[in-house]
Amino acid sequence: MSTPVLQAVDLHRRYGDTEVLKGVDFSVARGEVKALLGPSGSGKSTILRLMALLEHPDGGEILLNGKQVGVSTSSNGSTRRLPERHLAVQRRDIGMVFQRFNLFAHLDVLRNVTLALTEVAGMSKKDAVSSAEAMLERVGMSDRLQHYPSELSGGQQQRVAIARALVTNPSVMLFDEPTSALDPELVGEVLEVMEGLADAGMTMVVVTHETRFARRVADEVMLFDGGVMVEQAPPNQFFDDPRHDRTRQFLSHLRGVGN
Amino acid sequence: MDFEWDMFTAALTSSAFVHGAMLSVGLAVCAMVLASIVGFGVALLRIASNRVATAVGGAYVWFFRAIPTLLVLLLIWNAGPQLLPALRDDWFTPFLAALIGFSVVEAAYMAEILRSALLSVDDGQHLAARALGLAPHKVLFKVVLPQAIKVAIPPSGNELIAMLKYTSLASVISLRELLTTAQSQVSVTFRYAEYYSAALVYYLVIVSALMAVQQVVERRYRWISAGRVGQVSGLKVGTAVPV
Repeated sequence: MSTPVLQAVDLHRRYGDTEVLKGVDFSVARGEVKALLGPSGSGKSTILRLMALLEHPDGGEILLNGKQVGVSTSSNGSTRRLPERHLAVQRRDIGMVFQRFNLFAHLDVLRNVTLALTEVAGMSKKDAVSSAEAMLERVGMSDRLQHYPSELSGGQQQRVAIARALVTNPSVMLFDEPTSALDPELVGEVLEVMEGLADAGMTMVVVTHETRFARRVADEVMLFDGGVMVEQAPPNQFFDDPRHDRTRQFLSHLRGVGN
Repeated sequence: MDFEWDMFTAALTSSAFVHGAMLSVGLAVCAMVLASIVGFGVALLRIASNRVATAVGGAYVWFFRAIPTLLVLLLIWNAGPQLLPALRDDWFTPFLAALIGFSVVEAAYMAEILRSALLSVDDGQHLAARALGLAPHKVLFKVVLPQAIKVAIPPSGNELIAMLKYTSLASVISLRELLTTAQSQVSVTFRYAEYYSAALVYYLVIVSALMAVQQVVERRYRWISAGRVGQVSGLKVGTAVPV
C-alpha cells in the first residue's frame, strides 16, 4: 500500500480537564474520500483542526505524505512544536473549508481567492488572477468576481471558500461541516461542488451530517464518539450493517430527524 | 449691539489666524499619525501571549492615561532641556515638544481603541488566513488589521477632533496655535467677542472638514461592490444582502 497522504497516529487532545481526543488513529490515501460522522462534542472537528495544523495535539503524531509535521525533532529524539511561521509553510499543502465559510470580509471574491497565491505562493498578480478565475469558474462563481462576501448567499460564500482553499493545489482538502450553517435549499450546490472534486480524484476528509452525501461519495465512513473512533467501514456496510450498537443508535437518531 | 464686524472679518482673514489654524491642524494630524503607529505597537503588546509584553503594554497605557497632558508638555518642554543638554539647541521647538507630548499621551488612548478593534475581528478570519499558510505578519497586516481599521475609524475620528482642541494646551509651552492667537489679539485690543468668534468659526470649519474626511474614509471601508454603492444604506453594511 502506498504512503497515506495524511495520517494521524494516536492523537490526544484536551481542553482543560476535558479529554476531547483519547488516542485516534486515522489515515487517508491519495484520491480517497473519508467521511467523519459523530454527535457534537465527539471530537471530529478537533481532529480536523489538528490535521490542518491549526492546533497542536497533546500527544500523537501527524504525518503529511509520510513526513511528520507540526513539530521539530531534536537529535535526542524529543519533539517540540514548530513556531507559527514554520507551521505556516507546512499548512500550504493542506486545504481547509470551515463551517462558517470565513471568507475575508474586506476582500471581494476574486481577491479572496488570489490572496494565498500572491502572499503565500509568490505568484505574480496576473497569474494569480487567471488561476483564481479558472478555479471560481469550476465552482460556478465566475459571475460574482467583484462581489464582497456580505453580498453573497451562504452557499455562494462556501463555494468561494472551496475555491480559495483549492487554488493553491493542496494534497488534501479538509471540510469541517461545510453545509451545517447553510439554509437547506443551499446545501445541494455545495455538495455538488464537493462531489465534483471527489470525482476529479481529490483526497478529501469531510466532517459532515449529510449521510446521503457520505454514502454516495465517501470511500469510507467513520463514527466518532467520546473522543475515540467507534467504527470505520465502507459506506454500504456502515449504513446498512454496522458492527457496533453505538453506530446503529447514532444512525437511527439521524433517521429520526428526517435524514 | 457692540460687535465690530470689520474687526471680526479682519481677524478671520488675518495671517496670524491662518497660521495659528494651520499649526493646530498640523499638530493634531501629525500627533494622531504618530499616536496611531505607537498605539498599534502598544495594542499588539497588550494582546500578546507573552506576559512581559502584556505588562509593558499595560504599564504604558496606565502611565499616560494617569498623568495630565499639560504636565507631560511641561515636563518635555521645561524639564527636558534641564536634564538633556541636547534639547537646549534651537531645533527643539515648541511644535516638536508639543508633537512628542501629544503623541505619547494619545498613543495610550489609541492603543485601547486599536486593541478593541483587533479583538473585534472574528476568530474565523485568523483561522482561515492561517489555514491558507499565511505567515503570522501577513495574517495580521493582510487580513486582521484592515478589518480592525474599519472598527477603529469612528472612535479615532473622535480622538482627532478632541486632539485638535487640546492643541490649545500647547500655549503653555509658547506654541502660537489657533486659540493662543485669538487670546493674544484680545489682550492687545480688549475686544473679546470679535476675536473669540473668529476662533470659533475656524474650529467649526476645521472640524467640519475633518468629519467630511472621515465620511470619505468610512465609505472606502464599506466593502460593497462598485455597482451597489448607493443602493445599500450605510446601516446595512455587514449584513447579508440578497443577490
